[in-house]
Amino acid sequence: MNPAGALATLNNGVPISWYLTLSAVLFAIGVAGFLFRRNIITVFMCIELMLNAVNLSFVAFAHQHREVSGHIFTFFVMVVAAAEAAVGLAIILTVFKNRSTLNIDDVDTLKN
Amino acid sequence: MELFFFSLFALISVVCAINVVLQKHPISSALSLIGVMGSLAVMYLALGAEFIAMAQIIVYAGAIMVLFIFVIMLLNAGAESSRGRSWIVQVLGFPLMVALLGVLCYFSMQWFPDSGFVKFGDFQGGGAQQVGYALFTDYLLPFEVTSVLILIAIIGAIVLARKEMD
Repeated sequence: MNPAGALATLNNGVPISWYLTLSAVLFAIGVAGFLFRRNIITVFMCIELMLNAVNLSFVAFAHQHREVSGHIFTFFVMVVAAAEAAVGLAIILTVFKNRSTLNIDDVDTLKN
Repeated sequence: MELFFFSLFALISVVCAINVVLQKHPISSALSLIGVMGSLAVMYLALGAEFIAMAQIIVYAGAIMVLFIFVIMLLNAGAESSRGRSWIVQVLGFPLMVALLGVLCYFSMQWFPDSGFVKFGDFQGGGAQQVGYALFTDYLLPFEVTSVLILIAIIGAIVLARKEMD
């Protein structure tokens, strides 16, 4: 497609695939943070970032199919994320109470 | 117009997401994550998901992030101490991340090359009425199961936090 044609089609709006690409970028950044960071709270926030990226693609597909089911899935993901945050942060509190550390390298009792 | 707003908020969300990963202090990461969630709420609005956009602001940016910041303040978490990583991470980490991103982008472009355009106001079915109708007719059983899940989560959080107090 030549650049003028591409500009003309962009008048129709934003392609769905751009939203999916944004979702992929956010997901990859979340994976990077999950693997590279050592603070347990930051790792937890990177999981939330990945969940948000997946939500964006759900809503984009809901728009593509003119279907409200994708919104319902996003709603359920939000509910599960809220429950997960409550339990996970309680676990982090308990770990900090017992170990007084937030570094995930220091919490390795299950290793070996 | 859609293109301008998409580019603006996509840029904000990607910059904030990179900031989440790069910041040393958890509070800075949490505030950047609120930026990501706010700009994603704008994206949902552009995609016609008004109810989900408001739920995103209220539940994610309002409730979950407040919980995070509460715990960070409670634990008085300082900046993370960086220590030496293994050479395999230093050498392969960034290329592997770029490869993952490349694969994801390739498949999203390959499978959905011209699957339509997003124009604001094209899709009107995302209001509270339509979402509520679908939730209480087609998805009634998952909705009820979700309430059980939340009950379990509450009980688990209380048990763990009470052990903390003793």
